[in-house]
This record gives sequence, structure tokens and C-alpha cells, in this order.
Amino acid sequence: MNALLAPWTHGFMVDALVVGLMVAVLAAILSCFVVLKGWSLMGDAVSHAILPGVVIAYLVGAPLVIGAFVAGFGCALASGAIRATSRIKEDAAMGVVFSGMFAVGLILLTQVRSNVHLSHVLFGSILGIEDEDFWQTLAIAGGGLLILALRGRDLVLFCFDPGQARIAGLKVGRLRLLLLAVLAASIVAGVQAVGVILVVALLITPGAIGLLLADRFGRMVWVAVAAACLATVAGIQVSFMLDASTAGSIVLALSVLFIAALLVSPRHGLLRRRPRAPW
Amino acid sequence: MLAQPISLAVDNISVAYPNGHLALKEAGFRLDAGTICGLVGINGSGKSTMFKSIMGLVRPGQGRVLVAGGPVEAALKRNLVAYVPQAEEVDWTFPVSVRDVVMMGRYGHMNLLRIPRAADRAEVQAALERVGMADLADRQIGELSGGQRKRVFLARALAQGGQLLLLDEPFTGVDVTTEEAIIALLKALRDEGRIILVSTHNLGSVPTFCDQVVLVNRTVLAAGPTAEVFTGPNLLRAFGGALRQHSLPGATPLPADAVVVLSDDERPLVMAPDGQVIGRLERDI
Amino acid sequence: MFDELLIPFQYDYMLRAMGISALVGAVAGLLSCYVVLKGWSLMGDALSHAIVPGVVVAWLAGLPFAAGAFASGMLAALVMAWLRDRTPIREDAVIGVVFTGFFGLGLFLMSIYPSNVRLRTIVFGNVLGIADEDIVQMAIIAVVVLGALALRGRDLMLSLFDPTQLVVAGGSPARMRILLLVLLAATAVAGLQAVGAVLVIGMLVTPGATAYLLTDSFGRMAGLAAGIGAGTGLLGAYASYFLDGSTGGSIVALQAALFVVVLVLAPKHGILASRRAAKVAAA
Repeated sequence: MNALLAPWTHGFMVDALVVGLMVAVLAAILSCFVVLKGWSLMGDAVSHAILPGVVIAYLVGAPLVIGAFVAGFGCALASGAIRATSRIKEDAAMGVVFSGMFAVGLILLTQVRSNVHLSHVLFGSILGIEDEDFWQTLAIAGGGLLILALRGRDLVLFCFDPGQARIAGLKVGRLRLLLLAVLAASIVAGVQAVGVILVVALLITPGAIGLLLADRFGRMVWVAVAAACLATVAGIQVSFMLDASTAGSIVLALSVLFIAALLVSPRHGLLRRRPRAPW
Repeated sequence: MLAQPISLAVDNISVAYPNGHLALKEAGFRLDAGTICGLVGINGSGKSTMFKSIMGLVRPGQGRVLVAGGPVEAALKRNLVAYVPQAEEVDWTFPVSVRDVVMMGRYGHMNLLRIPRAADRAEVQAALERVGMADLADRQIGELSGGQRKRVFLARALAQGGQLLLLDEPFTGVDVTTEEAIIALLKALRDEGRIILVSTHNLGSVPTFCDQVVLVNRTVLAAGPTAEVFTGPNLLRAFGGALRQHSLPGATPLPADAVVVLSDDERPLVMAPDGQVIGRLERDI
Repeated sequence: MFDELLIPFQYDYMLRAMGISALVGAVAGLLSCYVVLKGWSLMGDALSHAIVPGVVVAWLAGLPFAAGAFASGMLAALVMAWLRDRTPIREDAVIGVVFTGFFGLGLFLMSIYPSNVRLRTIVFGNVLGIADEDIVQMAIIAVVVLGALALRGRDLMLSLFDPTQLVVAGGSPARMRILLLVLLAATAVAGLQAVGAVLVIGMLVTPGATAYLLTDSFGRMAGLAAGIGAGTGLLGAYASYFLDGSTGGSIVALQAALFVVVLVLAPKHGILASRRAAKVAAA
């Protein structure tokens, strides 16, 4: 028991846990929208597209967070614009835009001597997070949660039936932008804390777990949040004990939870095989 | 109560999509309160573009749509327009219950946080009871049959208090009994003064419940009372090569030229009153 | 000035890098047509990430890099197919869950079993320092993929456009799906060394998307995409000499730039052309 608690006697571990949990909660809620809307590639795309923004912000002396957000949000907007104005489907548009932006970011990075550490951007450094980043992440996560609390119901309707949302007098275009903006902001916050790959995972897997275990949106969100938090705690614990990659451990913990959900899911579980409905 | 009775005027609209496809050209018709109108045309004739224009999802490049005498945006703000989507457009695995879906119809009446009040709950309950779905209110929507799913979305339109109801292919995948129940409900709603616009390519049911018909094929070919508009020559123009007109073969109790069967893409089977199969109609004109 | 532009051609390693990038670019470009038409961009990205644990395990077991990578990619694809058929989760989310899980496993293994597998090399590729046996591996992969497409490319196209017709013609859409996955995984393994895991998706999407804007015939689209892939591979590797590294960045940035130009100016499907067409139609 003492061995299990040992990690948490270090101040930096507690900080890591706080940041990790904030990011996990926000990302888990968003993942429910992402999974239902079919936007899985979006998290992947936006999290990579922030790279040129970070480098350019460094060059002009702007806050890195702002540069990252502008680039990430810009990637989402540009993909949408390409889909709307040409025959290219959205998934291909996103692939083109984000790989292009990441490539430009890589080239810029080799051309300028900066203190932007690529490995930090890609894999995060939750255990070595700095004070300034700590508060920034908390502020962004808090803001994102507030927006979701206020406009969550509209966003559910937007995901489920955009036509009805339009008819109910909601501004569908604005809701889409709002969801994208919250997504981009939480990715920016998440990337500097936990890295690209973990953010991508946190934006998909908890929602998928929720969908397996719940058949109401509200319950799905609770399941997703609980799964993400559990995986964060377990992952940090394991990574400390084995001296393993923190991001890798958290993603693995998420995967284990997903497999568990797959086994016990009441409607879709492998342990309770029932004939599928005919439709 | 409404300041004035509901009405729908589509005034000479043209809609072109960004890829240059002209979906509707100079199309127009007008409907007044207490009408069930069939919007009839083949797939790709511009039916869904017409719906989108009335819902404000696409903006006509020319002409305008007036609902209750005002622009579409104003009508949407007043929750006058309600929409029942096609079954294929809905994600039936979405984690929402029947009651959740119907409650979505009340969003336009709620405050910004969309927290339902007692009045909203009462409206939802009343709508569910009216379509006979109150017992299944806590089911996830994917667990319902085709006809039940349709009724849920009708209940949503009722809960919304819409005066102009748009139904997109409501009878696809629905058995005849359910179809009749839905038609009875639509007639009751009409008698309360609503306008119900039903998009369909299923010709057989149109005369049984539509007071008016609008025939579309990239424009409005004809519009007006069913008896005047829903005629062989008009349908031939609307359906072009896709339509088959059949005169019954002579070996029937009726004179050969007394019956004309029209169908769009299916070949009807004709039976005598005693159940004997007379034949499958294949003679295209 | 002109002499300076010729410098890269004096170095053996540059010539090899340009050649191998052009080859991988052409193969990936050809496949990108299928990826774009099937709407599988995420799959391209997913497979290139799902390879990682296989690389680590292959190193631990002393197996060839390509074998472990390919096996890992195929395992991921199998898990995805299995989940897709058995859960209510959409295909895109299934892909996301599986590939992040695999990549996470790779990170985890790499951190607890220190090996000479450099994460940097996997993530960004290292075509300038490529070893001879890797070149042979990549060439074999390229030839196999090209051969498979030459033999089965038409069936594959039909399976995307009209699977029922393929069944009627005696083919199997399910088998075509597996074939496409195998080809994608193989190309991802080759692309990994050229441009790295993150940018493989660029090579597997952008040339096809660009060609799709330029023509309405599948044959021409495939030819154009392969040409774009080869040309940008060669030019990108060449340019990276002057840009001081990041071959993958140069290749994919070049492809993206070309896409933007075509998106605006393409004769029939470009933004300017459709705007003109919409105006004509409305008038």
C-alpha cells in the first residue's frame, strides 16, 4: 500500500496529476461529441497542425499558446472550407491540410534556433510541467468546461440532428465553430501537458467506452470522464513505478479500460451475446 | 396565438450549388392554412432542395420564401417550422431516449441553457401521448420499429408547436397499418389549421391524403388541388421516362380502357376481386 | 549559382535519397487515389502509427524491421475490422481507438526496453542516412505493391465504386478491403523510413486529392497522382539538402503547396472555375 502511495508524496507528481486530470476531464467530455459526430480525424489533425503556429509565435515573440490555437483552429477551418468549395471529401481535406502544416512546421523548426522542443510537443512532459504552463492549462481547461456546461445541450442537438437545430433557431454554423474552438483550445492545453498522441487518444477512446456502456448522452459523459480519470491516475502510477513513458502508460490504461468495456457492455458486450436486432 | 394564420409562399426561387449544379429554377407555389400537400417528384428532382430552402438551409440565388408572410429566419425564431427527417438521415445508435428526442423540439422555447421547465415537460408528455408513444418514452431510439421511429419525430414536431410541418419521405420502410395511422394523425393536424408538406415519390398514397399536390422536376411543373394536378399527363411530365402507364389487359370484368395504373418505378400486380392474379403490368407506353 | 544547385547530385547519399523518395512517392501516390475515393485518410495515418510497437518488438526479437512493422500494422487492421463489425462505434472512432492504443504500446515498450530504435527516426524518418538493406526492403515493397495494383487495381477500384457489381462479376469486396489494407500497411512501412510516421498520411492522401481535382477519369487520376508523388519525392529530397534536413517535411510541404495551387486554379473542379460555373448557371 505504501509503495502505491509513494509517488504522490512528490510535489511534481501531484501537479502532474492535477493537470492530467483537468485535461482528461475536458477531453473526455469532448470525446463524446467527437465519437458521435464522426470527427476522430479532427483531433489527430488539429493536434499536429499546431506545430507551425508554435514556431511562428516563437519567432515573432507572441505567446506560444496563441500561435498554437490559431494554427489548430485554422487547420479545422481550412479543411471545412476545402470541403465546402471543392469535390474533396472532408477526411482527405483534413489529411492534406494537417500533414502540410506539420511539414511546414518541421521545416521552420530546422531553420530557426528556438527553444521549442519537438519531443515535448509530440510526447508532452506532464511530469516536468512548468509553473506557467500549469496555470495556463488549468485556465484553458476551466474555460472549456464552462462553455460545455453552458452550451452542451445545443451541441448534442447539433451532433444528433443539425436540421432540427437549425429549425429550433440555433445558429448551426456558430455551434460548429464553438465546438471546433473548444476542441482546438483543449488540444492546445493538452498537447503541452500530455503530448500529441495522448491528446488524440483522450479525444476518442473515453467517448467510445461511454458509448459501449451507456445509452443516454448524460450517462455516456459520466462514463467517459470516469474512464479518462481512472486511466490518468493508473497511467501516472505505472509510469512512475516502471519508469515508463507517462503518455504511453496512460494510453495503454485507456486501451485496457476499452477492452474491459467491450467485454461487459450491457447491449454490445461480448460476454452477453444476444442476436442483433434485424435492422 | 398566431398574429395571422400560417401560410407558405415559395416565390419564383432558383437555387444553384457551389459546384455549378442548378437544383431549382424559377420554382414557385403557395399554400394556405389547413392543407396537406404532396411534394412529388423523382429522386434528384429538387425535392430536398425545396425543403432546404423552406428551412433556410440554402439561400435561393433568386426569389424568396415567405412563411406566415415573413422571411424564413423570422418564422424559425417563432418555431413555426417543424421537420421530420428521413429515416436514413438519423443516427439510430445515438445515445438518446425517445423523450430526449421529443424534448429537442422544445429547445427553441427554452432559455440559453436549455433546462426544461414544467411547461416543456407537459408539452412533451402531451405530444408523446398524442402519437401513442408515451409507454416507450424511456427507450433508446434504436430499439424502436420503423413506424414507432416516425411517430417519435412527429411527436417532436408537435412538441415544438410547429404550424408548418415538413415530412421527408415519411412512408419509406413503414407498413400499411402504420401508414394509415400516420395519415389519420396528419389529417387531424391539418384540421387544426396546420400546413403539412410531405415529400414523396410514392404515388399510390398521394390521392388518399393530399389536398394539394406540387409536382417538381428542377422547377415546379404544376401546383394546385390534387384532382386538378395529379393527372396522367402532368405525372408523365414530372416522371418522364421513369414512369410507366399501364392499361389493363382486356380479360377483366372492367372495360379495358376504364382503368389506368400509374407507378413510378415498380411494376404493380393486378388481381381480380376473387384473388385471382390477372397479371403483372408490363406494357410500357 | 548554377553550380551550387548541382551540388546535391555529387553526393551518393543524396542521389540515393532522391531516388528512393521518388519511388516511395510514386507508390504512395498511386495508393492515395484509392484512399481519397474510399474516404480512408484516417486509416493511412492510423497504420503508419500502428507500426511502432512492431518495430520495437522486432528489434527485441532480432527480426527484420520491416517484418515486425508490417505484422503490427496488419494486426491493428484486423482488430479494427473485428471491432467495427461488433460494436455500435463508428468506423472512424474505432480506427482512432486502435491506432492510439498501438502507438501508446509502442511508446511504453520503447521506454521500458531501451533499444537502439530511435523514436526520432520512426517519427520523422531518416532517408538521408538510410542503410543499404533498408533500400532493398523498400524497393521490394514498392515492386510488390505496384505488381499487386497492376493485377488487381481494377477490381479494387470497382469495390470502391460499386461493390455489388464486383460481387456479380465474381469478385469479393471483403477481399479487396483486405488487399487495400495490406498495400496500405506495406506502403506505410516504406513511407515510415522516407518521411516518418507523422507525415506518411501526407503522401497517402495529398497526391490523390490533387489529381482528383484535375481529372474525371480514374486511369488519368492514378497516373497523375503517381507522377506527383514521384516528382515531389525527388524535388523534396533535393530541396532538403539546402534546407538542412527534414526530407519528409520538404516532400510533404511541396505536395501541400501543389495541392493549394491546383485547388484554386484547376480547370474544371478548381475554386475559380466552379465559381464561374455557378454564376453562369444562375444567370
